[in-house]
Amino acid sequence: MSKLLFVMSKSPRTINSQEGFDALLAGSAFAQCSVLFIGDGVYQLLKAQKPEPLGVKNYVLGFSALPDYDVNLIYCSKSQLKLLNINASELIVPVSQLIDDEVNELIMQHDKVLSF
Amino acid sequence: MKFAIVVHGAPYSDQAARSAYLFARSVIEEGHEIYRIFFYHDGVYNANLLSVPPQDEAYIESDWASLGREHQLDMVVCISSALRRGILNEAESNRYERVGTSINPIFTVSGLGQLIDAAIQADKLVTFGV
Repeated sequence: MSKLLFVMSKSPRTINSQEGFDALLAGSAFAQCSVLFIGDGVYQLLKAQKPEPLGVKNYVLGFSALPDYDVNLIYCSKSQLKLLNINASELIVPVSQLIDDEVNELIMQHDKVLSF
Repeated sequence: MKFAIVVHGAPYSDQAARSAYLFARSVIEEGHEIYRIFFYHDGVYNANLLSVPPQDEAYIESDWASLGREHQLDMVVCISSALRRGILNEAESNRYERVGTSINPIFTVSGLGQLIDAAIQADKLVTFGV
């Protein structure tokens, strides 16, 4: 089975981030999928965000359903969490924190990378 | 080698669409195969039939259509991205009771499964745009 890595690097307030999540769910039906949050993509993982007053759908609530889609491998850049001063307890799902070298390894371990 | 190309950028707004087009042309010229070109996010605007750029400027939508026709490329527009952005074929226009259609029929409207299939089947998956 193909191993696909979805890399999320944009803030959650773009429709592209939401469409990236849609692609991840679609991918889970056909391939072994992992997801990596880097850069501003780390903001997508914040549990306490409430975008509804902005007229935006809070699609990140769907992240907690990822294990139901057999997406159990959720990774996040450790250095980016530190840079943004975000604690693991503030995240909506448990993630494996990777140092930068491990991020490189993770990419190498997958057949294809889809970046959003 | 078998390539799948993903286009995330709208024509004219940034370089992604033009770069993707030039890359696709080079892939063919170098004797490789294009398994599919998948248009996602604002990339669906590349399928817009209604754009009219000035005559002395690039016409990216038309370039895609010509390339697709000439080489019988499988050019797929994501349906949910397209509907959200008003890129409709006749079937969708009728279904949602809109007036008129806005997609060049050389493009196929389909779902995200086509993106995943392309990622699995191709040797290389190349994404253009953020």
